Amino acid sequence: MTLSSLLPGETAVIVAIHTEEPLHQRLLAMGFRAGKQVELVRRARFSGPLQVRIGTTDILLRKVEAEKITVRRP
Amino acid sequence: MKRIALLGMPNTGKSTLFNRMTGGAARVGNWPGITVELLAGKILLGGDMVEIVDLPGIYDLHGFSDDEQVVRHFLHDNVPDIALIVLNATQIERQLSMLLQLKQLNLNMVVLLNMADEARKYGITIDTARMSEALGIPIFLLSAKYGTGYGEAMQAVTRALRYTTPGLAENLRDQLKQDGQIEVEMARVLQHSVQVPARLPDNLTNQLDHLMLHPWLGLPIFFGIMYLLFQAIFFFGQPLQTGVNGLFGWLREAAIAPLLASLPAVLQGLLLDGIYNGVATVAAFVPLIVLFFLFMAIVEDTGYLSRAAFLMDALMARMGLDGRSFVMLLMGFGCNVPALMGTRVMRSRPLRLLSMLVIPFSLCSARLQVFVFFTAALFSPKSAALVLFSLYLFSFASAILTALLFKRYFPNTEPFILELPPYRFPTLRQMVLRGWHEIYHFVHRATKFIVAGVVLVWLLTHLPPSAAPASAGTWAGVIGAWLHPLFAPIGITPELTIALIFGFVAKEIVIGSLAVIYGLGGQALGGALAQQLDWVQAYSFMLFTLIYTPCLSTIATLRSESKNTGFMLFAIAWSLVLAWLVSLAFYQSARTLGY
Repeated sequence: MTLSSLLPGETAVIVAIHTEEPLHQRLLAMGFRAGKQVELVRRARFSGPLQVRIGTTDILLRKVEAEKITVRRP
Repeated sequence: MKRIALLGMPNTGKSTLFNRMTGGAARVGNWPGITVELLAGKILLGGDMVEIVDLPGIYDLHGFSDDEQVVRHFLHDNVPDIALIVLNATQIERQLSMLLQLKQLNLNMVVLLNMADEARKYGITIDTARMSEALGIPIFLLSAKYGTGYGEAMQAVTRALRYTTPGLAENLRDQLKQDGQIEVEMARVLQHSVQVPARLPDNLTNQLDHLMLHPWLGLPIFFGIMYLLFQAIFFFGQPLQTGVNGLFGWLREAAIAPLLASLPAVLQGLLLDGIYNGVATVAAFVPLIVLFFLFMAIVEDTGYLSRAAFLMDALMARMGLDGRSFVMLLMGFGCNVPALMGTRVMRSRPLRLLSMLVIPFSLCSARLQVFVFFTAALFSPKSAALVLFSLYLFSFASAILTALLFKRYFPNTEPFILELPPYRFPTLRQMVLRGWHEIYHFVHRATKFIVAGVVLVWLLTHLPPSAAPASAGTWAGVIGAWLHPLFAPIGITPELTIALIFGFVAKEIVIGSLAVIYGLGGQALGGALAQQLDWVQAYSFMLFTLIYTPCLSTIATLRSESKNTGFMLFAIAWSLVLAWLVSLAFYQSARTLGY
């Protein structure tokens, strides 16, 4: 399953990140790493961005990008 | 002179620290990547003058965004005597990666873990002594906002100034290790020195976001906040404006006119009706600008602008833009120039260009002056706020229309990934610094344009000397008459046409030039306009003023940021065409409806 299929309030563990190099770098800097816990906090209306929480950082990203991050339920 | 460079990720409070160190007024905002220009300040440290440079916030050293290249180039060409690395203590777990990247460059480093107050609130404990030992770098906890731990950190910086400046390798990127190794080292350092609670307490930010980012209430709250903001500016600003007007009028009668009485009449006219009237009219808007930036600073520094990006991204994505474009559009309501420069945080060039095409439609503070003056003169106080609000809606509509029309020529491929910082209330000190900074810039920029512009208008409206001032016989009258066929269908009189020509230079001089054209200042000018124009004409004039090219500085910035003269010319031409069409549609339909 991917990050974008989580429901608000759900927590999962990152399995892998399937993106090109520049985006991968940015995600790493934001704290996205395999094995890290990630929580989907909320989604914006009208299929807008997702708010996710990794550790102490809250991050906004779009559905398209969230679909490239595979996660599993803990 | 020794040089200290401030380095760190966006949202680490780097600018706040810079302000504390220099006592100067750099821009402070919760928006990632806001420091797009290199700010520098000189201070006395340990008996020597040192220069402090605030580098743009970056996420890593590998990247190829403009900011990342700026930092790499800076470090390569100006090796700092000390690299002062600012990390957000609440995010130490992930920000350590950048510190480890920087460590490979063998810079002379001091690390400051900022936002110690927030980290304590979250229950995060950091053993700086242990971490310092594990990394071999001096590390200090502090709060740049409140000043705790600041003195100790500065002592360490002063001590570190004694070390010799290291040299740097030719290619910085080659020197960076692979991420795998960094990850192992991160785990090693963090294991013994940092403790983060498994679950953070349900803090104020979560509760506020529950409301502010509510699926249904979020957007209405957002627009409500914006509306109240502008209402408040109008409510507090107008009495202040009247006061300043009165003061300048009194000063003229009591001191300046008697002082100049011995001069020839022409020179007296130029000085009093030209320069003094123009400057006085514009000066009356200073309280309004101060208020605007004060409120804007609060919205920006609290982190609400990132929330606005969250709320608006779905809509902006459909327009080929993203949530950040919207934030820049909002910043443009202060001044288009910094907003255009702020688009540097976007990596994709098409996205940047499209954002730069729509930002000049933001109703900036200079245009606000014109509108406040006209609404005060031609509308009742009750409807004035509504008129002003409708102009903001037109401003958004022009931007949206432009984006929709041109998005296919600027296809965007860039991902949208942003940090959502916790809500922070700026301290009084931060707000005062910011307000002072903005007003200084405004007056600085304004006086340059205004004095030259107003003198030019006075000359055009008083030459040749045989013609009556501002009559059809003057040069200005000739230009106005020549352009009249173009402006008559949108209800704009020859006098207003001349003001529009000068508005091309800067909107700050539109009212000033009208003051010269009519030979009246302040409220008397408002009265004369109210007699000559009806509200339909005035509104049509305001629409044209809103949509056509903001000012010469914006044009210059469009060119320097896009590095493309064709793009700049296109932006000017499109805004003129759109302005004329919108005014025409409004004026003709209002007249047809019998107004």
